[in-house]
Amino acid sequence: MPNRIQQQARPDTMLLNMGPSHPAMHGTIRIMLELDGERIVNSEVEVGYLHRGFEKTCEHRTYFNLLPYTDRLNYVSPLINNLGYAMTVEKMLGVSVPERAQYIRVLMSELSRISDHLTCLAAMAMECGAFTVFLYKMKAREFLWDVIEQTTGARMTTSYIRIGGVRADLHPGFDTALKKAVEETRGVLKDIHGLLDKNKIFLNRTRDVAVMSREDAVSFGWTGPCLRSTGVSYDVRKAQPYLVYDDLKWEVPLGERGDNFDRYMVRMMEMEQSLRIIEQAAVRLPKSSREFIADGLPPAEAIKESRRRRVRRDIALSPNLEGSEESRYRDILASDRGSVVPPKEETYTSIEGLIDHFKFFMRGHGLRPPKGEAYFAVEGGNGELGFYIVSDGTDRPYRLHLRAPCFHIVSALEQLIQGRYVADVIPTFGSMNMIGGELDR
Amino acid sequence: MEEKAILDELRQKFPAGIRETSASPGDEVVVIEKAALLEIAAFLRDGRDKFTMLLDLTCVDYAGEEPRFEMVYHLFSLSRNRRLRIKARLGEGDLRIASLTPLWKNASWLEREVYDLFGVQFEGHPDLRRLFMYDGFEGHPLRKDYPLRRRQPLIRLKE
Repeated sequence: MPNRIQQQARPDTMLLNMGPSHPAMHGTIRIMLELDGERIVNSEVEVGYLHRGFEKTCEHRTYFNLLPYTDRLNYVSPLINNLGYAMTVEKMLGVSVPERAQYIRVLMSELSRISDHLTCLAAMAMECGAFTVFLYKMKAREFLWDVIEQTTGARMTTSYIRIGGVRADLHPGFDTALKKAVEETRGVLKDIHGLLDKNKIFLNRTRDVAVMSREDAVSFGWTGPCLRSTGVSYDVRKAQPYLVYDDLKWEVPLGERGDNFDRYMVRMMEMEQSLRIIEQAAVRLPKSSREFIADGLPPAEAIKESRRRRVRRDIALSPNLEGSEESRYRDILASDRGSVVPPKEETYTSIEGLIDHFKFFMRGHGLRPPKGEAYFAVEGGNGELGFYIVSDGTDRPYRLHLRAPCFHIVSALEQLIQGRYVADVIPTFGSMNMIGGELDR
Repeated sequence: MEEKAILDELRQKFPAGIRETSASPGDEVVVIEKAALLEIAAFLRDGRDKFTMLLDLTCVDYAGEEPRFEMVYHLFSLSRNRRLRIKARLGEGDLRIASLTPLWKNASWLEREVYDLFGVQFEGHPDLRRLFMYDGFEGHPLRKDYPLRRRQPLIRLKE
């Protein structure tokens, strides 16, 4: 309950409730405003409407099967969440990932980053009245999500990036699909620049509105595009490079004033940089060591044959497992057999494979990072997305804590809207990109 | 060898406040006495290395051990591009630690979260209330003795 504001409110002001279910509150968040006319004298932000006990749930799941929960944190860029979690566990296990998988991870996280920024700006623009922009951006996001869907099998709940690598290799038509998506997104970005950059209505609502100073941004623990809009150059991908970001050429766009417009602009420029990264990564992607297996032995026959002798032919797996054939394992998954799912071919046809499978999934077995703790951060759509995991040597994390970037950003909302008009809440809140799943966990 | 420098400096500066320091690759950890927290945090923020960012603040419940709770702070220095983890243990009987709200603005919400989920009292916090849970919620859900599926009593809807 927003107690503080109710107790402190002046008698001559009005209390107005915004949210938790408000069209411009992208998740469920409640903002209590104390208004003097249309001026905001004071405000109180109340979060927690989407609290699902992510951290508590994770303590009761094994390292392998809590991965789908990470999809549901920042549901606009689930692949980056997968990546953050997988890399933290890899850090604990000391697993190294094959180069092709690293490039695939970069491709996927940049696609997610663009879709994250697109969603944020689309909503922000729509709330300022630019509905066309919203539709254009959603169109571009669909192209990107098509690529993600073709690769991972899901639009949002991907669970594609696994501990030790990725779930499956890229499909044969990936290059063409990616090329098309990149082209379309470029076109849309150009259109958006044309529609918004000098648009008077948009400028009036964003220029010099909700200005954040550098010092405050740092003090509030802002990261990501919001921090960079104030002119502080901190990007985890540059500061502590992970995967292959070091080998690629790209820049960190910065803003100057730290107002809503700069937050918009930094996101727009970042998308262009992400496209650059994607194009380079697509070219440098190491070749897969095998083409797709067109026709193999049906699994039932393979099992039958394995009763008499070792099966030496390719086995056709179910379409769900396309791209994760045993022969592709060295491209996409770590060579350390104990930390990745055993190949299905072996599980089906050999007793050792079956034992491996059970050892991997059985309670008390499977992934057991050594006792200790680790913190690892990746650059999420909103900023530094960190996982802090404490392991007690069992197959379940003793404690898992998520450093959610937008938690810190939203905690500054009260300060940003103080003294402004009610209408300013909307673009300010929009430019922060609050994601309920990540904020409330 | 810069990695070592800050840990050595801390050990010299606060001989009584530091319990142990360790440096595994990428993770500099310093375990402190909880009474020295505010002093050490202020020194780190304004000192030579300028750990100007409080990246994260959380708590771990080591049920069965004494002291039971461990506060974990992650600091980050923009100028040096380095992280530092500070840990302090809290006993179950005395669940109080100094608030970092005078030093960092985001500490306010972070500490409210820890208060909500673990029940740690932050001394000097201006507005210590639950953050995620509602008023009338019983217990602190991230404690190890809170069962995963515990049901909460119904509360009266206000107004």
